[in-house]
Amino acid sequence: MNVVILGCGRVGSTFARLMHKEGHHVTIIDLQSEAFRRLGQKYKGGRIVGNGIDEDILRRSGVENADVFVAVTQGDNRNIMASQIAKHVFNVPQVIARIYDPIRADRYRQLGLVTLCTTTIASGLLHDFVVKGEWGLAKDYSAEYLAANV
Amino acid sequence: MYIIIVGGGNVGYYLAKTLSEANHEVLLLEKDRARYRTISEELGEIVMQGDGCQADQQLEAGFSRADAVVAATGSDDDNMVVCQMAKMEFNVPRTISRVNDPRNEKLFHKLGIDATVSSTKIIYNLIEQEVGGGEIIPLAALNRGNIEIVEIEISKTSPVAGRNIKSLPLPAETLIISVIRDDHALLPTGDTVLTIGDSVVALVNATHEPDLRRVFAEGL
Repeated sequence: MNVVILGCGRVGSTFARLMHKEGHHVTIIDLQSEAFRRLGQKYKGGRIVGNGIDEDILRRSGVENADVFVAVTQGDNRNIMASQIAKHVFNVPQVIARIYDPIRADRYRQLGLVTLCTTTIASGLLHDFVVKGEWGLAKDYSAEYLAANV
Repeated sequence: MYIIIVGGGNVGYYLAKTLSEANHEVLLLEKDRARYRTISEELGEIVMQGDGCQADQQLEAGFSRADAVVAATGSDDDNMVVCQMAKMEFNVPRTISRVNDPRNEKLFHKLGIDATVSSTKIIYNLIEQEVGGGEIIPLAALNRGNIEIVEIEISKTSPVAGRNIKSLPLPAETLIISVIRDDHALLPTGDTVLTIGDSVVALVNATHEPDLRRVFAEGL
């Protein structure tokens, strides 16, 4: 698979290394080149320094031929915008955005983005572990779940 | 009209001031506390501290009864989300976004944002207007229908100088709406004869703009 990842923080860099190790073609984008230190020695995939909401930078990352685009920067809006560019301008088949705000995660899911809301996932998992003594499944903790229960 | 402006930078600040002087009901939403304090000292209660992307704060700011929401921050991604959330959550009739990278305008329209303003593009157009004598100058783009408003100068070498409008082989979906002569805008008819020094203002479907350019091309 051709994978483009936006944001080389803890999640982005770990996911990049995981996919690269499995033999996928990975390119990762970050605003700051120092962020690529997190990738370690074994990662031999692509690195692009630049702004992920700029079409030129995305094009340089090979997004036109990507099978998957994942946006995991610290900014919800940056992730949302980059994902919408990947989906609507470059027609990437699978686009996933990490969004911390549960409401935004839910609304953009309704608009057709795959959204990963780590806020509701972590708090749902914590709730079940604390109350029931067992871990649930991440997929059960969507934003709708939180909205219905809180 | 009730107009909500998101982003209290220079653009948002002066827009809020200008609109309230014109007796509109205005609310200016600014996320940064320090900036909020500075501008609310001068503008008073029309400034609110909050994040214009968050649904709960949009509700508090009264997005549900807003006639228009203007996203005026310096970040295209924030502006995009402000407008999309305003539409999705509160069905705000008119969302207007400031756009820094002009290429984003097309995407924003596709995603349902009603209007975009790109100062980059406006300044670019002005420069083209200054230096591009005799060429077709895009004045504005209308959002729906891919229509552009263009201005064309008739110079000494223009092949259409001395001809009347009805004799011009204009491409499809082109309408000459005005001829500017000696600083006066005329409403032309088919018999209006174009003279050197005129500026022709036309509406044209963007796909036919190159054909229009050929009609007025100089030196042919």
